[in-house]
Amino acid sequence: MSAPQEGATLEIAVDEDRCVAAGHCVVAAPEIFDQREEDGVVVLLDPRPPATAQDTVREAALLCPAAVIRVLRAPS
Amino acid sequence: MTADVLVVGASAGGLAVAEGLRRHGFTGTITLLEREREPPYDRPPLSKQVLDGRWPPERAQLRTGAELDALGADLRLGAEAAALDVPGHRLTLRDGTVLGYRTLVLATGLHARRLPGRPPVAGAYTLRSLGDSARLRAGLLAARRVVVVGAGVLGCEIAATARGLGREVTVVEPAAHPLLGLLGPALGAELAALHTEHGVRLLTDTPATGLTGEAGRVTGVRTASGAVLPADAVVVAVGGRPATDWLAGSGLTLDDGVVCDDRCRAAPDVYAVGDVARFGAGPGTRGVRLENRTNATEQGLYVAAELLGAARGPYRPVPYVWTDQFGTRIQVHGTVPAGAAVRIAEGSLRERKFVAHAVTGGRLVGVVGWNSPGRLRTARALLTAVAPAPAPPSTTATTPTTTLTGDP
Ligand SMILES: Cc1cc2nc3c(=O)[nH]c(=O)nc-3n(C[C@H](O)[C@H](O)[C@H](O)COP(=O)(O)OP(=O)(O)OC[C@H]3O[C@@H](n4cnc5c(N)ncnc54)[C@H](O)[C@@H]3O)c2cc1C
Repeated sequence: MSAPQEGATLEIAVDEDRCVAAGHCVVAAPEIFDQREEDGVVVLLDPRPPATAQDTVREAALLCPAAVIRVLRAPS
Repeated sequence: MTADVLVVGASAGGLAVAEGLRRHGFTGTITLLEREREPPYDRPPLSKQVLDGRWPPERAQLRTGAELDALGADLRLGAEAAALDVPGHRLTLRDGTVLGYRTLVLATGLHARRLPGRPPVAGAYTLRSLGDSARLRAGLLAARRVVVVGAGVLGCEIAATARGLGREVTVVEPAAHPLLGLLGPALGAELAALHTEHGVRLLTDTPATGLTGEAGRVTGVRTASGAVLPADAVVVAVGGRPATDWLAGSGLTLDDGVVCDDRCRAAPDVYAVGDVARFGAGPGTRGVRLENRTNATEQGLYVAAELLGAARGPYRPVPYVWTDQFGTRIQVHGTVPAGAAVRIAEGSLRERKFVAHAVTGGRLVGVVGWNSPGRLRTARALLTAVAPAPAPPSTTATTPTTTLTGDP
């Protein structure tokens, strides 16, 4: 894993074009992800959430059935 | 060499096992065996974005090289498991290599089923792998008339993609409606209308009996009435059979899948996940086998947790399947069993945008979204609360298997 970051935030990215609108990410981490009303595609509410969100973000990334969520940088 | 955890099959299910173990802090050795030479890739795009050319094939990869490295697993591509010795905790590869394990997880998925009694001929295709997708794409591009055998999810998606490529498309299906197992008759009829409007010739109640050919090339599809539907390319999408041939004689119970208990355990130290696993089997029930992408991940993560003593109970998923056809996104949470009452809960059929509820015996068992993904999540919560399971005994009574590919 990458070196600890200043302020220990996470950095995450989503590839909207892959999204299949399952909504599993929103269930796992509602403070980080939402879905667009019209087509259900993921909306990243916070691309640099605090390190405390790490667990739920990873859960969301693992559960996503279309490998949409990437954790680009993590504090640990 | 002995791996702490040996996983056979490195696609959605197998990868989820490895990732789940690491996420729970597991530091032991993990070996992932994969028969194919490609790094782990995703299958749903193979009938959609990869088949229609929107994505280059590499985009279907599940993880980047860096993500795979970070997993700290011994990923062996081109390594096919050929024999298993359950009491000896040993597995033999096709090339003769013998591997020991403490725990084995089977995640070998399915093989595409073919029509009985017909050897493969040029111009006839099945779709399961990335290579299949490339071959099928080339075949579709070269064809004028395409016949798709089977109107399950795969057949319907391929038909829609082929239509999008401007081909003349006929679909033959023995049941009365496309996607009958997934959607039930009422919504199946809606899907039929969608296909017909887009110019697909949909022949339901029409069993295909075989292919016709000339000089080793397919020329058409023969139906039960004796008619021949001419074709330059034929896609056989009649479901899959669990990839368990190599397990014959291993002592594991095989019954259309690897038979497991409700914790996905097939034998001491042997587990199965994903399309190949028939879980929840026990006295009086054959268990359930799900063929969908989300289950592969959820079951893989479940088994990872179970191996580390962190699973909270038996594996009881709410099945979830999505499919995209002609720009319409259909999502099914739970099941729509034969005979369920289906009513529109939101939106309308006329707008082609609705949420439908399937109810059996006064219980909500399925929620179907038609171009309504934003509204579905809440419905799933309802379903999770009301019907926390495809409880193996009751589910098997009504729906033997939620087969994605809708083996007709
Ligand atoms: C074209 C297509 C489109 C789909 N679309 C959707 C969709 O829209 N929505 C949805 O929910 N689901 C969809 N699915 C279903 C979904 O992809 C599967 O449910 C999922 O891939 C199952 O994952 P798995 O890991 O259990 O099995 P698989 O993905 O089949 O992976 C099994 C792996 O095991 C390997 N293997 C097999 N035998 C051996 C052996 N002896 N030794 C070593 N390796 C072996 C195989 O090479 C394969 O890579 C689709 C499937 C296909 C084929």
